[in-house]
Amino acid sequence: MKLVVAVIRPERLAETLQALYHADVRGMTVSRVQGHGGETETVETYRGTTVKMELTDKIRIEIGVSDAFVEATIAAVLAGARTGEVGDGKVFVLPVQRVVRIRTGETDGAAVTPVE
Amino acid sequence: MRCLAASLLLCAAAPAAAQTVPAPTLDPAATAWMLVATALVLLMTPALAFFYGGLVRSKNTLNTMMMSIGAMGSVALAWTLLGYSLAFDSGNGFVGGLGFAGLRGVGLEPEGVIPHLLFMVYQATFVVITAALVSGAVAERMRFAPYLAFVTLWSVLVYAPVAHWVWDPDGWIFQLGALDFAGGTVVHVNAAAAALVAALVVGPRRDWGRRAILPHHVPFVLLGAGLLWVGWFGFNAGSALAANATAALAFTNTFLAPAAALVVWTTLDAVRTGKPTAVGAATGIVVGLVAVTPAAGHVGPLAALAIGAIATFPSYYGIVWRARTRLDDALDVVAAHGLAGITGALLTGVFAERAWGATADGLLAGNPAQVGVQALALAAVAAYSAAVSFGLLKTIALVTDLRPSARDEGRGLDLTEHGEEAYAQGEGAILVLDGPPHPVSAPVPVIA
Repeated sequence: MKLVVAVIRPERLAETLQALYHADVRGMTVSRVQGHGGETETVETYRGTTVKMELTDKIRIEIGVSDAFVEATIAAVLAGARTGEVGDGKVFVLPVQRVVRIRTGETDGAAVTPVE
Repeated sequence: MRCLAASLLLCAAAPAAAQTVPAPTLDPAATAWMLVATALVLLMTPALAFFYGGLVRSKNTLNTMMMSIGAMGSVALAWTLLGYSLAFDSGNGFVGGLGFAGLRGVGLEPEGVIPHLLFMVYQATFVVITAALVSGAVAERMRFAPYLAFVTLWSVLVYAPVAHWVWDPDGWIFQLGALDFAGGTVVHVNAAAAALVAALVVGPRRDWGRRAILPHHVPFVLLGAGLLWVGWFGFNAGSALAANATAALAFTNTFLAPAAALVVWTTLDAVRTGKPTAVGAATGIVVGLVAVTPAAGHVGPLAALAIGAIATFPSYYGIVWRARTRLDDALDVVAAHGLAGITGALLTGVFAERAWGATADGLLAGNPAQVGVQALALAAVAAYSAAVSFGLLKTIALVTDLRPSARDEGRGLDLTEHGEEAYAQGEGAILVLDGPPHPVSAPVPVIA
């Protein structure tokens, strides 16, 4: 099992979710985060105050998948989230020690397999 | 706004009229009311900014609101320097002269029973809101500079001549006898025709029809609709251009028609979706206001209720239908202002009564021809506005891009067009100082 963590642009969320859906990836956690990945800072001005926005809004998607689904998940995120500009985000793949589905007590592979 | 037969002296632009009536004098009561009415109509533009601003996504809030606020600057300026003269100076049947250009000859002398300058600025608040209405059709995808250029040129080349046709005694539609008390045709149908063309020329939002686009702040929409209703009392009752019984009638009708529209719209909502929606209620109010605008001073109060109720149907089903087409009229200017404006203008031809002060009877008072006159005025205004809008947008597109890049549109026009956010958190903001930075080590003087 792996935990796939993707940090992407907010405006690419709909496309990414769609790509994941078509790759048969179900079950994920989505959060709004802020971060900085080397893209040009945005300059904003409010009356006399000019600021550089060092942090940009990003979306973090966390997906627990069985090993067979790792490559399909990564491919779907790349297809949905890529614009080709700096700031498209990253995909991290982390090992997972144990997963438990709270409702049933199922563990590991059974816990990350969607209910049909 | 119409020159009532009983008060031809309202039309100081007509020299013939000036010779047949006693020298006009200022009426303090009328002047006081028209000062207030002018401020009320100006309020409608920021109200529209809130109405439209709440309907778009949060990343386009400021841009959408600025499209209304911006019109208060450039359109007002163009009106004062040129548009007013083209609309209200005597000329031919199609356009006024240049006699009032740069406000030459527009002073404190009476225009009707109010100072001429006050008449000019009252009319200025109308052209500002009319231009701002167009922005709803191109929201979330048109660059700010070409938008502002478009509505400013449109206000001079379309609004001013159309106002001349309909409201100036020289105007050809005025002479046909079409009834448009406060601007159902001049303001709403005119703006909606430009909006339709603009939505088509600019094209749909890149993500429209591919993902759900929801209003980001419905309380703003309700605030905007409420303030529009308040401002509309100045728009309709002020169009009597006097503090008189016609103003009171228009005021009452401006209260009644939206009330009826609100009830009918909410009922349709409840029947179709099972729930009365807040966005629907706000839209119903605006539709009722639009529909009663041409009729306000020409029909009785029960007719106003009927107009508000009947006008709900085309707009309601127009919005339902439009959402399934490829026409991305983002904030439904065509359905809310165009269809309601057409319905209201036609119904004015049905319900108008001389007994209530109209200059012509309508269908129900035994004059079916009035409906035909109303229809002709509508068709002429819509066709002219659509044609010139198309030419203007295509011309501006030769000079600069009408649309932002796909990337900018995705990030939102608040950041990319204005360099601001509506809901900035300030997290991660690093201060950029123009001058030398404040020395950190220097003691800060404290006055205790």
